[in-house]
Amino acid sequence: MLTRKHISKDVKWWIVVAVLAALPLMGVLPSSYTEHVLILIMLYGSMAQAWNVIGGYCGQTSFGHSVFFGIGSYGAAMAVVTFGFSPWPGAMVGALLAAGVAVVLSGPCFKLKGHYFAIATFAIVEIFNRLFMVWDWVGGALGLDYPLVEEGWMNFMWYDSKKGYYYGALILMIFVFGVVRKMEKMRFGYYLLAVREGQETAESLGVNSTRVKLSAMALSAFLAAICGAFYAQYNFRVDPSMVMSLDMSMKFVLITILGGLGTFWGPLLGAAVLIPLQEYSRAFIGGMGGGVDLMIFGLIIVLVMVKQPRGIMGILDDIAMKSREKKEGDH
Amino acid sequence: MALLEIREVTMKFGSLMANRDVTFDLEEGSIVGLIGPNGAGKTTLFNCISGYYTPSSGKIFFDGKDITSSSANEIAKLGAVRTFQVVHPLKEMSVLDNTLIGAFLRTSNVKEASEVAMECIKACHLEEMVHRKAGTLTIGQKKRLEMARALATQPRILMLDEAMAGLTSTEVRASVELIKSIRDQGITLLVVEHIMEAIMPIADKVVVLDGGEKIAEGPPKEIINDEMVITAYFGEKFAKRLKEAKLS
Repeated sequence: MLTRKHISKDVKWWIVVAVLAALPLMGVLPSSYTEHVLILIMLYGSMAQAWNVIGGYCGQTSFGHSVFFGIGSYGAAMAVVTFGFSPWPGAMVGALLAAGVAVVLSGPCFKLKGHYFAIATFAIVEIFNRLFMVWDWVGGALGLDYPLVEEGWMNFMWYDSKKGYYYGALILMIFVFGVVRKMEKMRFGYYLLAVREGQETAESLGVNSTRVKLSAMALSAFLAAICGAFYAQYNFRVDPSMVMSLDMSMKFVLITILGGLGTFWGPLLGAAVLIPLQEYSRAFIGGMGGGVDLMIFGLIIVLVMVKQPRGIMGILDDIAMKSREKKEGDH
Repeated sequence: MALLEIREVTMKFGSLMANRDVTFDLEEGSIVGLIGPNGAGKTTLFNCISGYYTPSSGKIFFDGKDITSSSANEIAKLGAVRTFQVVHPLKEMSVLDNTLIGAFLRTSNVKEASEVAMECIKACHLEEMVHRKAGTLTIGQKKRLEMARALATQPRILMLDEAMAGLTSTEVRASVELIKSIRDQGITLLVVEHIMEAIMPIADKVVVLDGGEKIAEGPPKEIINDEMVITAYFGEKFAKRLKEAKLS
Protein backbone atom coordinates (compact mmCIF):
# COMPACT_ATOMS: atom_id res chain seq x y z
CA MET A 1 0.00 0.00 0.00
CA LEU A 2 1.37 3.37 -0.94
CA THR A 3 0.17 5.45 1.94
CA ARG A 4 1.71 8.02 4.20
CA LYS A 5 2.00 5.46 6.99
CA HIS A 6 4.62 3.54 5.05
CA ILE A 7 6.72 6.54 4.19
CA SER A 8 6.91 7.49 7.82
CA LYS A 9 7.93 3.93 8.68
CA ASP A 10 10.95 4.32 6.41
CA VAL A 11 11.79 7.67 7.97
CA LYS A 12 11.57 6.17 11.44
CA TRP A 13 13.87 3.38 10.35
CA TRP A 14 16.58 5.73 9.09
CA ILE A 15 16.35 7.74 12.33
CA VAL A 16 17.01 4.56 14.32
CA VAL A 17 19.96 3.76 12.06
CA ALA A 18 21.35 7.31 12.36
CA VAL A 19 21.13 7.25 16.16
CA LEU A 20 22.84 3.86 16.34
CA ALA A 21 25.56 5.09 13.99
CA ALA A 22 26.15 8.25 16.02
CA LEU A 23 26.26 6.63 19.48
CA PRO A 24 29.93 5.55 19.51
CA LEU A 25 31.05 8.86 17.95
CA MET A 26 29.33 10.92 20.63
CA GLY A 27 31.23 9.02 23.30
CA VAL A 28 28.07 8.37 25.31
CA LEU A 29 28.63 4.64 25.59
CA PRO A 30 29.97 4.10 29.11
CA SER A 31 31.90 0.90 28.51
CA SER A 32 32.82 -1.62 25.90
CA TYR A 33 30.34 -3.88 27.67
CA THR A 34 27.51 -1.57 26.64
CA GLU A 35 28.91 -1.71 23.13
CA HIS A 36 28.88 -5.48 23.34
CA VAL A 37 25.21 -5.49 24.36
CA LEU A 38 24.30 -3.14 21.50
CA ILE A 39 26.19 -5.32 19.02
CA LEU A 40 24.23 -8.34 20.23
CA ILE A 41 20.93 -6.47 19.98
CA MET A 42 21.70 -5.61 16.34
CA LEU A 43 22.88 -9.16 15.61
CA TYR A 44 19.96 -10.95 17.28
CA GLY A 45 17.52 -8.39 15.87
CA SER A 46 18.82 -9.26 12.39
CA MET A 47 18.60 -12.98 13.11
CA ALA A 48 15.02 -12.63 14.31
CA GLN A 49 14.18 -10.52 11.26
CA ALA A 50 15.63 -13.23 9.01
CA TRP A 51 13.40 -15.79 10.74
CA ASN A 52 10.46 -13.39 10.56
CA VAL A 53 10.41 -13.76 6.76
CA ILE A 54 9.27 -17.38 6.94
CA GLY A 55 7.96 -17.58 10.52
CA GLY A 56 6.17 -14.26 10.79
CA TYR A 57 5.22 -13.00 7.33
CA CYS A 58 4.66 -16.44 5.84
CA GLY A 59 3.40 -18.12 9.02
CA GLN A 60 5.52 -21.28 8.86
CA THR A 61 7.09 -21.89 12.28
CA SER A 62 10.60 -23.22 11.73
CA PHE A 63 12.78 -24.44 14.57
CA GLY A 64 15.51 -25.27 12.11
CA HIS A 65 17.10 -21.88 11.69
CA SER A 66 20.14 -22.65 13.83
CA VAL A 67 21.14 -25.04 11.03
CA PHE A 68 21.22 -22.25 8.43
CA PHE A 69 22.84 -19.92 10.95
CA GLY A 70 25.45 -22.61 11.62
CA ILE A 71 26.18 -23.17 7.92
CA GLY A 72 26.91 -19.45 7.61
CA SER A 73 29.20 -19.58 10.66
CA TYR A 74 31.09 -22.51 9.26
CA GLY A 75 31.34 -20.83 5.87
CA ALA A 76 33.18 -17.85 7.34
CA ALA A 77 35.22 -19.88 9.82
CA MET A 78 36.40 -22.43 7.29
CA ALA A 79 37.44 -19.71 4.88
CA VAL A 80 39.69 -18.27 7.58
CA VAL A 81 40.79 -21.34 9.56
CA THR A 82 40.93 -24.07 6.95
CA PHE A 83 41.76 -22.14 3.79
CA GLY A 84 43.51 -19.14 5.29
CA PHE A 85 41.87 -16.29 3.45
CA SER A 86 39.23 -13.60 4.05
CA PRO A 87 35.89 -14.64 5.60
CA TRP A 88 33.87 -12.66 3.03
CA PRO A 89 33.72 -15.25 0.23
CA GLY A 90 33.20 -17.94 2.88
CA ALA A 91 30.20 -16.08 4.24
CA MET A 92 28.78 -15.75 0.72
CA VAL A 93 29.26 -19.44 -0.06
CA GLY A 94 27.81 -20.34 3.34
CA ALA A 95 24.74 -18.18 2.76
CA LEU A 96 24.09 -19.65 -0.69
CA LEU A 97 24.61 -23.16 0.66
CA ALA A 98 22.23 -22.45 3.53
CA ALA A 99 19.58 -21.27 1.05
CA GLY A 100 20.11 -24.44 -0.99
CA VAL A 101 19.92 -26.69 2.05
CA ALA A 102 16.79 -24.84 3.19
CA VAL A 103 15.05 -25.50 -0.12
CA VAL A 104 16.05 -29.18 -0.20
CA LEU A 105 14.98 -29.78 3.40
CA SER A 106 11.77 -27.78 3.37
CA GLY A 107 10.50 -29.27 0.12
CA PRO A 108 9.30 -32.42 1.89
CA CYS A 109 8.60 -30.59 5.19
CA PHE A 110 6.13 -28.21 3.51
CA LYS A 111 3.96 -31.20 2.69
CA LEU A 112 3.27 -31.12 6.43
CA LYS A 113 1.09 -28.42 7.88
CA GLY A 114 1.11 -26.41 11.10
CA HIS A 115 2.55 -28.24 14.09
CA TYR A 116 3.82 -31.13 12.02
CA PHE A 117 5.99 -28.81 9.99
CA ALA A 118 7.44 -27.38 13.22
CA ILE A 119 8.21 -30.85 14.59
CA ALA A 120 9.98 -31.87 11.39
CA THR A 121 12.24 -28.82 11.61
CA PHE A 122 13.12 -29.78 15.21
CA ALA A 123 14.48 -33.09 13.99
CA ILE A 124 16.64 -31.39 11.37
CA VAL A 125 18.57 -29.45 14.02
CA GLU A 126 19.47 -32.65 15.85
CA ILE A 127 20.57 -34.34 12.65
CA PHE A 128 22.87 -31.49 11.65
CA ASN A 129 24.25 -31.12 15.17
CA ARG A 130 25.32 -34.78 15.26
CA LEU A 131 26.60 -34.64 11.71
CA PHE A 132 28.91 -31.71 12.40
CA MET A 133 30.03 -33.29 15.69
CA VAL A 134 31.56 -36.25 13.90
CA TRP A 135 32.65 -34.52 10.69
CA ASP A 136 36.41 -34.03 11.02
CA TRP A 137 36.81 -31.87 7.92
CA VAL A 138 34.81 -29.10 9.66
CA GLY A 139 36.56 -29.57 12.99
CA GLY A 140 34.28 -32.13 14.62
CA ALA A 141 33.16 -31.62 18.20
CA LEU A 142 36.12 -29.33 18.97
CA GLY A 143 35.08 -26.88 16.30
CA LEU A 144 37.31 -24.31 14.62
CA ASP A 145 39.47 -21.80 16.49
CA TYR A 146 40.56 -18.68 14.63
CA PRO A 147 44.27 -18.02 14.25
CA LEU A 148 45.64 -14.52 14.89
CA VAL A 149 45.11 -12.56 11.72
CA GLU A 150 45.57 -8.95 10.79
CA GLU A 151 42.88 -6.59 12.10
CA GLY A 152 40.54 -4.78 9.77
CA TRP A 153 37.57 -5.05 7.40
CA MET A 154 39.38 -7.41 5.05
CA ASN A 155 39.54 -10.10 7.73
CA PHE A 156 36.53 -8.72 9.61
CA MET A 157 38.51 -9.10 12.80
CA TRP A 158 39.35 -6.66 15.59
CA TYR A 159 41.04 -7.32 18.91
CA ASP A 160 41.38 -4.14 21.00
CA SER A 161 38.25 -2.20 20.20
CA LYS A 162 34.72 -3.31 19.37
CA LYS A 163 34.11 -0.36 17.02
CA GLY A 164 34.62 -2.46 13.91
CA TYR A 165 32.14 -5.08 15.07
CA TYR A 166 29.73 -2.38 16.12
CA TYR A 167 29.59 -0.88 12.64
CA GLY A 168 29.70 -4.34 11.11
CA ALA A 169 26.59 -5.28 13.09
CA LEU A 170 24.93 -2.03 12.08
CA ILE A 171 25.61 -2.72 8.39
CA LEU A 172 24.31 -6.28 8.85
CA MET A 173 21.13 -4.90 10.37
CA ILE A 174 20.68 -2.30 7.64
CA PHE A 175 21.07 -5.05 5.06
CA VAL A 176 18.70 -7.59 6.64
CA PHE A 177 16.03 -5.06 7.61
CA GLY A 178 16.40 -3.32 4.26
CA VAL A 179 15.77 -6.55 2.37
CA VAL A 180 12.67 -7.24 4.46
CA ARG A 181 11.37 -3.68 4.06
CA LYS A 182 11.81 -3.96 0.30
CA MET A 183 10.05 -7.33 0.37
CA GLU A 184 7.10 -5.87 2.31
CA LYS A 185 6.46 -3.46 -0.54
CA MET A 186 6.70 -6.05 -3.32
CA ARG A 187 4.21 -8.57 -4.68
CA PHE A 188 6.25 -11.31 -3.01
CA GLY A 189 5.62 -9.72 0.41
CA TYR A 190 1.87 -9.65 -0.16
CA TYR A 191 1.94 -13.26 -1.34
CA LEU A 192 3.67 -14.32 1.88
CA LEU A 193 0.84 -12.81 3.92
CA ALA A 194 -1.77 -14.39 1.67
CA VAL A 195 -0.24 -17.84 2.13
CA ARG A 196 -0.19 -17.31 5.89
CA GLU A 197 -3.77 -16.08 6.05
CA GLY A 198 -5.27 -18.73 3.79
CA GLN A 199 -3.31 -21.05 1.58
CA GLU A 200 -6.43 -22.37 -0.17
CA THR A 201 -7.67 -18.89 -0.95
CA ALA A 202 -4.26 -17.84 -2.20
CA GLU A 203 -4.19 -20.85 -4.52
CA SER A 204 -7.63 -19.98 -5.86
CA LEU A 205 -6.23 -16.58 -6.86
CA GLY A 206 -3.34 -18.07 -8.78
CA VAL A 207 -0.67 -18.04 -6.07
CA ASN A 208 1.67 -21.02 -6.24
CA SER A 209 1.92 -21.45 -2.48
CA THR A 210 4.64 -24.09 -2.56
CA ARG A 211 6.91 -21.86 -4.61
CA VAL A 212 6.18 -18.87 -2.37
CA LYS A 213 7.03 -20.84 0.77
CA LEU A 214 10.22 -22.28 -0.70
CA SER A 215 11.40 -18.84 -1.86
CA ALA A 216 10.65 -17.39 1.56
CA MET A 217 12.56 -20.20 3.21
CA ALA A 218 15.55 -19.69 0.92
CA LEU A 219 15.63 -15.94 1.58
CA SER A 220 15.20 -16.47 5.31
CA ALA A 221 18.00 -19.06 5.44
CA PHE A 222 20.30 -16.85 3.35
CA LEU A 223 19.88 -13.92 5.74
CA ALA A 224 20.24 -16.15 8.82
CA ALA A 225 23.49 -17.57 7.45
CA ILE A 226 24.98 -14.11 6.98
CA CYS A 227 24.18 -13.41 10.65
CA GLY A 228 25.90 -16.71 11.45
CA ALA A 229 29.06 -15.60 9.66
CA PHE A 230 29.12 -12.45 11.78
CA TYR A 231 28.65 -14.55 14.91
CA ALA A 232 31.70 -16.70 14.15
CA GLN A 233 33.82 -13.63 13.42
CA TYR A 234 32.71 -12.02 16.67
CA ASN A 235 33.47 -15.05 18.83
CA PHE A 236 36.72 -16.05 17.06
CA ARG A 237 35.50 -19.62 16.97
CA VAL A 238 32.67 -21.96 16.06
CA ASP A 239 31.62 -25.43 17.19
CA PRO A 240 28.45 -27.44 16.62
CA SER A 241 26.78 -26.91 20.00
CA MET A 242 27.47 -23.18 19.86
CA VAL A 243 25.55 -22.58 16.63
CA MET A 244 23.53 -25.64 15.66
CA SER A 245 21.42 -26.20 18.74
CA LEU A 246 17.79 -25.99 19.72
CA ASP A 247 18.76 -23.25 22.21
CA MET A 248 19.94 -21.12 19.30
CA SER A 249 16.88 -22.01 17.21
CA MET A 250 14.63 -20.97 20.07
CA LYS A 251 16.22 -17.53 20.18
CA PHE A 252 15.24 -16.87 16.56
CA VAL A 253 11.68 -17.80 17.39
CA LEU A 254 11.25 -16.25 20.84
CA ILE A 255 12.70 -12.84 20.03
CA THR A 256 10.37 -12.49 17.05
CA ILE A 257 7.30 -13.68 18.94
CA LEU A 258 8.04 -11.37 21.86
CA GLY A 259 8.52 -8.40 19.54
CA GLY A 260 5.61 -9.15 17.23
CA LEU A 261 5.27 -11.78 14.51
CA GLY A 262 5.16 -10.57 10.95
CA THR A 263 5.92 -6.95 11.82
CA PHE A 264 8.88 -4.92 10.63
CA TRP A 265 9.80 -3.57 14.08
CA GLY A 266 9.03 -6.68 16.12
CA PRO A 267 12.42 -8.42 15.80
CA LEU A 268 14.33 -5.29 16.80
CA LEU A 269 12.03 -4.57 19.76
CA GLY A 270 12.19 -8.18 20.90
CA ALA A 271 15.98 -8.17 20.77
CA ALA A 272 16.14 -4.79 22.53
CA VAL A 273 14.18 -6.25 25.45
CA LEU A 274 15.54 -9.78 25.66
CA ILE A 275 19.24 -9.30 24.91
CA PRO A 276 20.00 -6.77 27.70
CA LEU A 277 18.07 -9.01 30.08
CA GLN A 278 20.10 -11.99 29.00
CA GLU A 279 23.44 -10.24 29.18
CA TYR A 280 22.92 -8.32 32.41
CA SER A 281 21.32 -11.24 34.21
CA ARG A 282 24.32 -13.30 33.17
CA ALA A 283 26.69 -10.65 34.46
CA PHE A 284 24.95 -10.06 37.80
CA ILE A 285 23.38 -13.36 38.74
CA GLY A 286 25.50 -15.64 36.60
CA GLY A 287 26.92 -17.09 39.82
CA MET A 288 23.64 -18.88 40.37
CA GLY A 289 24.52 -21.15 37.52
CA GLY A 290 23.78 -21.13 33.80
CA GLY A 291 20.31 -20.90 32.42
CA VAL A 292 18.98 -18.10 34.62
CA ASP A 293 18.66 -15.95 31.52
CA LEU A 294 16.59 -18.64 29.82
CA MET A 295 14.28 -18.80 32.84
CA ILE A 296 13.72 -15.07 32.59
CA PHE A 297 13.20 -15.43 28.81
CA GLY A 298 10.54 -18.03 29.48
CA LEU A 299 8.76 -16.00 32.12
CA ILE A 300 8.56 -12.90 29.93
CA ILE A 301 7.32 -14.90 26.96
CA VAL A 302 4.56 -16.46 29.06
CA LEU A 303 3.52 -13.08 30.45
CA VAL A 304 3.45 -11.38 27.07
CA MET A 305 1.62 -14.23 25.37
CA VAL A 306 -1.08 -14.23 28.05
CA LYS A 307 -1.51 -10.47 27.95
CA GLN A 308 -0.95 -9.76 24.27
CA PRO A 309 -0.27 -12.54 21.74
CA ARG A 310 0.79 -9.99 19.16
CA GLY A 311 3.85 -9.16 21.28
CA ILE A 312 5.35 -5.78 22.03
CA MET A 313 4.09 -4.43 18.69
CA GLY A 314 0.59 -5.46 19.73
CA ILE A 315 0.92 -3.59 23.02
CA LEU A 316 2.20 -0.48 21.22
CA ASP A 317 -0.62 -0.68 18.65
CA ASP A 318 -3.19 -0.85 21.43
CA ILE A 319 -1.69 2.20 23.14
CA ALA A 320 -1.65 4.13 19.85
CA MET A 321 -5.25 3.15 19.16
CA LYS A 322 -6.39 4.26 22.62
CA SER A 323 -4.69 7.64 22.38
CA ARG A 324 -6.23 8.15 18.93
CA GLU A 325 -9.68 7.32 20.25
CA LYS A 326 -9.13 9.70 23.15
CA LYS A 327 -8.15 12.49 20.77
CA GLU A 328 -11.23 11.90 18.62
CA GLY A 329 -13.33 11.84 21.79
CA ASP A 330 -12.05 15.28 22.77
CA HIS A 331 -13.48 16.93 19.66
CA MET B 1 -15.90 -24.68 -29.32
CA ALA B 2 -17.20 -23.83 -25.89
CA LEU B 3 -14.94 -22.00 -23.42
CA LEU B 4 -15.33 -24.66 -20.74
CA GLU B 5 -16.15 -28.25 -21.62
CA ILE B 6 -17.01 -30.77 -18.94
CA ARG B 7 -16.94 -34.31 -20.25
CA GLU B 8 -18.30 -37.28 -18.29
CA VAL B 9 -16.79 -36.11 -15.02
CA THR B 10 -17.09 -38.65 -12.22
CA MET B 11 -15.88 -38.00 -8.71
CA LYS B 12 -15.84 -40.80 -6.15
CA PHE B 13 -15.07 -40.56 -2.46
CA GLY B 14 -14.69 -44.19 -1.47
CA SER B 15 -18.00 -45.74 -2.41
CA LEU B 16 -19.80 -42.39 -2.56
CA MET B 17 -20.42 -41.04 -6.07
CA ALA B 18 -20.46 -37.27 -5.65
CA ASN B 19 -20.57 -36.71 -9.42
CA ARG B 20 -21.46 -39.27 -12.08
CA ASP B 21 -20.80 -38.73 -15.79
CA VAL B 22 -21.58 -35.03 -15.72
CA THR B 23 -21.27 -33.41 -19.14
CA PHE B 24 -22.05 -29.85 -20.19
CA ASP B 25 -20.56 -26.81 -21.94
CA LEU B 26 -20.06 -23.21 -20.95
CA GLU B 27 -20.37 -20.90 -23.95
CA GLU B 28 -18.20 -17.79 -23.89
CA GLY B 29 -20.05 -14.73 -22.60
CA SER B 30 -22.97 -16.62 -21.09
CA ILE B 31 -24.34 -17.03 -17.59
CA VAL B 32 -24.87 -20.66 -16.66
CA GLY B 33 -26.74 -21.55 -13.50
CA LEU B 34 -25.87 -24.76 -11.69
CA ILE B 35 -28.73 -25.79 -9.41
CA GLY B 36 -29.95 -28.79 -7.48
CA PRO B 37 -30.86 -29.88 -3.96
CA ASN B 38 -28.34 -29.99 -1.12
CA GLY B 39 -25.84 -32.79 -1.60
CA ALA B 40 -26.42 -32.91 -5.38
CA GLY B 41 -22.66 -32.50 -5.99
CA LYS B 42 -22.55 -28.88 -7.11
CA THR B 43 -19.65 -27.84 -4.92
CA THR B 44 -17.78 -31.07 -5.70
CA LEU B 45 -18.08 -30.29 -9.39
CA PHE B 46 -16.78 -26.78 -8.66
CA ASN B 47 -13.82 -28.24 -6.84
CA CYS B 48 -13.08 -30.52 -9.79
CA ILE B 49 -13.20 -27.66 -12.29
CA SER B 50 -11.11 -25.30 -10.18
CA GLY B 51 -8.41 -27.87 -9.49
CA TYR B 52 -9.02 -28.66 -5.82
CA TYR B 53 -10.00 -32.22 -6.71
CA THR B 54 -8.82 -34.35 -9.59
CA PRO B 55 -11.86 -36.18 -10.98
CA SER B 56 -11.85 -39.99 -10.70
CA SER B 57 -12.61 -40.10 -14.41
CA GLY B 58 -13.68 -37.78 -17.19
CA LYS B 59 -12.08 -34.67 -18.69
CA ILE B 60 -12.35 -30.93 -18.31
CA PHE B 61 -11.19 -28.58 -21.06
CA PHE B 62 -10.67 -24.85 -20.75
CA ASP B 63 -10.38 -23.06 -24.06
CA GLY B 64 -9.48 -26.40 -25.65
CA LYS B 65 -6.74 -27.16 -23.11
CA ASP B 66 -7.02 -30.20 -20.88
CA ILE B 67 -7.06 -28.92 -17.28
CA THR B 68 -8.32 -32.12 -15.64
CA SER B 69 -5.25 -32.61 -13.49
CA SER B 70 -3.97 -29.03 -13.33
CA SER B 71 -3.48 -27.46 -9.91
CA ALA B 72 -5.73 -24.71 -8.56
CA ASN B 73 -3.18 -21.94 -9.10
CA GLU B 74 -2.50 -23.01 -12.70
CA ILE B 75 -6.20 -22.94 -13.51
CA ALA B 76 -6.54 -19.51 -11.94
CA LYS B 77 -3.62 -18.33 -14.06
CA LEU B 78 -5.33 -19.62 -17.21
CA GLY B 79 -8.35 -17.53 -16.28
CA ALA B 80 -10.91 -19.65 -14.45
CA VAL B 81 -11.35 -18.30 -10.93
CA ARG B 82 -13.80 -19.34 -8.21
CA THR B 83 -15.25 -18.03 -4.99
CA PHE B 84 -16.02 -20.16 -1.97
CA GLN B 85 -19.42 -21.06 -0.57
CA VAL B 86 -18.01 -20.66 2.93
CA VAL B 87 -16.24 -17.31 2.66
CA HIS B 88 -12.46 -17.39 3.07
CA PRO B 89 -11.30 -13.84 3.72
CA LEU B 90 -7.60 -13.27 4.43
CA LYS B 91 -8.64 -12.00 7.84
CA GLU B 92 -5.66 -9.99 9.01
CA MET B 93 -5.31 -8.22 5.67
CA SER B 94 -7.29 -5.17 4.62
CA VAL B 95 -9.98 -5.27 1.92
CA LEU B 96 -7.55 -3.57 -0.45
CA ASP B 97 -4.73 -6.03 0.29
CA ASN B 98 -7.11 -8.97 -0.16
CA THR B 99 -8.10 -7.67 -3.57
CA LEU B 100 -4.48 -6.88 -4.45
CA ILE B 101 -3.63 -10.58 -4.12
CA GLY B 102 -6.07 -11.19 -6.96
CA ALA B 103 -4.77 -8.30 -9.04
CA PHE B 104 -1.15 -9.45 -8.65
CA LEU B 105 -1.95 -12.42 -10.86
CA ARG B 106 -1.67 -10.19 -13.95
CA THR B 107 0.99 -7.70 -12.84
CA SER B 108 3.76 -7.55 -10.28
CA ASN B 109 3.67 -3.75 -10.24
CA VAL B 110 2.06 -2.63 -6.97
CA LYS B 111 0.73 0.60 -8.40
CA GLU B 112 -0.96 -1.01 -11.39
CA ALA B 113 -2.34 -3.78 -9.21
CA SER B 114 -3.73 -1.21 -6.75
CA GLU B 115 -5.59 0.53 -9.57
CA VAL B 116 -7.18 -2.71 -10.77
CA ALA B 117 -8.02 -3.67 -7.17
CA MET B 118 -9.69 -0.31 -6.48
CA GLU B 119 -11.84 -0.64 -9.60
CA CYS B 120 -13.03 -4.07 -8.51
CA ILE B 121 -13.65 -2.86 -4.96
CA LYS B 122 -15.80 -0.05 -6.34
CA ALA B 123 -17.67 -2.42 -8.63
CA CYS B 124 -18.53 -4.52 -5.59
CA HIS B 125 -19.50 -1.47 -3.49
CA LEU B 126 -16.83 -1.93 -0.88
CA GLU B 127 -15.06 1.41 -1.28
CA GLU B 128 -15.93 2.53 2.24
CA MET B 129 -14.29 -0.57 3.68
CA VAL B 130 -11.00 -0.33 1.74
CA HIS B 131 -8.74 -0.15 4.78
CA ARG B 132 -10.81 -2.31 7.11
CA LYS B 133 -9.46 -5.74 8.03
CA ALA B 134 -11.33 -8.41 6.10
CA GLY B 135 -12.06 -10.37 9.29
CA THR B 136 -14.22 -7.51 10.61
CA LEU B 137 -16.65 -7.36 7.65
CA THR B 138 -20.26 -8.54 7.76
CA ILE B 139 -21.19 -11.70 5.89
CA GLY B 140 -22.64 -9.74 2.97
CA GLN B 141 -19.50 -7.68 2.67
CA LYS B 142 -17.32 -10.77 2.89
CA LYS B 143 -19.26 -12.31 -0.01
CA ARG B 144 -18.72 -9.18 -2.05
CA LEU B 145 -15.03 -9.23 -1.14
CA GLU B 146 -14.82 -12.78 -2.51
CA MET B 147 -16.21 -11.44 -5.79
CA ALA B 148 -13.97 -8.37 -5.86
CA ARG B 149 -10.92 -10.51 -5.26
CA ALA B 150 -11.85 -12.99 -7.98
CA LEU B 151 -12.67 -10.16 -10.41
CA ALA B 152 -9.30 -8.55 -9.76
CA THR B 153 -7.59 -11.56 -11.35
CA GLN B 154 -9.28 -10.48 -14.60
CA PRO B 155 -10.71 -13.93 -15.24
CA ARG B 156 -12.34 -15.29 -18.39
CA ILE B 157 -14.61 -17.51 -16.33
CA LEU B 158 -15.88 -16.53 -12.92
CA MET B 159 -17.34 -19.34 -10.85
CA LEU B 160 -19.56 -18.20 -8.00
CA ASP B 161 -20.43 -20.74 -5.33
CA GLU B 162 -23.62 -19.49 -3.64
CA ALA B 163 -22.48 -15.90 -3.68
CA MET B 164 -25.96 -14.77 -2.59
CA ALA B 165 -26.75 -17.21 0.22
CA GLY B 166 -27.45 -15.45 3.49
CA LEU B 167 -27.86 -12.02 1.93
CA THR B 168 -30.82 -9.67 2.47
CA SER B 169 -33.18 -9.19 -0.47
CA THR B 170 -31.70 -5.76 -1.20
CA GLU B 171 -28.23 -7.27 -1.26
CA VAL B 172 -29.44 -10.05 -3.56
CA ARG B 173 -30.80 -7.49 -6.02
CA ALA B 174 -27.46 -5.65 -5.97
CA SER B 175 -25.63 -8.92 -6.57
CA VAL B 176 -27.84 -9.76 -9.54
CA GLU B 177 -27.05 -6.38 -11.08
CA LEU B 178 -23.37 -6.96 -10.41
CA ILE B 179 -23.45 -10.38 -12.08
CA LYS B 180 -25.12 -8.87 -15.14
CA SER B 181 -22.53 -6.13 -15.37
CA ILE B 182 -19.75 -8.72 -15.07
CA ARG B 183 -21.28 -10.63 -17.97
CA ASP B 184 -21.48 -7.40 -19.97
CA GLN B 185 -17.72 -7.05 -19.58
CA GLY B 186 -17.43 -10.31 -21.51
CA ILE B 187 -16.74 -12.57 -18.55
CA THR B 188 -18.39 -15.98 -18.61
CA LEU B 189 -20.14 -17.00 -15.40
CA LEU B 190 -20.90 -20.33 -13.79
CA VAL B 191 -23.19 -19.70 -10.85
CA VAL B 192 -24.22 -22.16 -8.17
CA GLU B 193 -27.33 -20.76 -6.55
CA HIS B 194 -30.30 -21.75 -4.42
CA ILE B 195 -32.16 -18.47 -4.82
CA MET B 196 -34.17 -19.21 -7.98
CA GLU B 197 -35.67 -15.73 -8.20
CA ALA B 198 -32.13 -14.43 -8.56
CA ILE B 199 -30.64 -16.88 -11.01
CA MET B 200 -33.56 -17.81 -13.28
CA PRO B 201 -34.11 -14.37 -14.84
CA ILE B 202 -30.45 -13.84 -15.75
CA ALA B 203 -29.23 -17.31 -16.70
CA ASP B 204 -28.81 -18.18 -20.37
CA LYS B 205 -28.74 -21.83 -19.47
CA VAL B 206 -29.42 -23.89 -16.36
CA VAL B 207 -27.86 -27.23 -15.48
CA VAL B 208 -29.63 -29.29 -12.82
CA LEU B 209 -27.80 -31.85 -10.70
CA ASP B 210 -29.44 -34.41 -8.44
CA GLY B 211 -27.66 -37.20 -6.59
CA GLY B 212 -24.47 -36.39 -8.49
CA GLU B 213 -26.04 -36.77 -11.94
CA LYS B 214 -27.17 -34.20 -14.45
CA ILE B 215 -30.94 -34.54 -14.75
CA ALA B 216 -31.68 -31.56 -16.99
CA GLU B 217 -30.01 -28.85 -19.03
CA GLY B 218 -31.56 -26.01 -20.96
CA PRO B 219 -32.86 -22.45 -20.93
CA PRO B 220 -34.62 -21.46 -17.66
CA LYS B 221 -38.02 -21.48 -19.37
CA GLU B 222 -37.73 -25.16 -20.19
CA ILE B 223 -36.23 -26.07 -16.85
CA ILE B 224 -39.16 -24.74 -14.84
CA ASN B 225 -41.47 -26.97 -16.84
CA ASP B 226 -39.28 -30.04 -16.59
CA GLU B 227 -41.10 -32.79 -14.69
CA MET B 228 -37.93 -34.37 -13.34
CA VAL B 229 -36.62 -31.09 -11.99
CA ILE B 230 -39.96 -30.32 -10.37
CA THR B 231 -40.01 -33.69 -8.60
CA ALA B 232 -36.37 -33.61 -7.61
CA TYR B 233 -35.96 -30.05 -6.58
CA PHE B 234 -38.65 -27.38 -6.97
CA GLY B 235 -41.80 -29.18 -5.82
CA GLU B 236 -45.18 -28.46 -7.50
CA LYS B 237 -46.08 -25.39 -5.51
CA PHE B 238 -42.79 -23.63 -6.05
CA ALA B 239 -42.69 -24.43 -9.76
CA LYS B 240 -46.08 -22.79 -10.14
CA ARG B 241 -44.97 -19.70 -8.25
CA LEU B 242 -41.83 -19.49 -10.34
CA LYS B 243 -43.82 -19.69 -13.58
CA GLU B 244 -46.18 -16.97 -12.45
CA ALA B 245 -43.30 -14.75 -11.39
CA LYS B 246 -41.72 -15.30 -14.76
CA LEU B 247 -44.84 -14.46 -16.73
CA SER B 248 -45.60 -11.26 -14.88
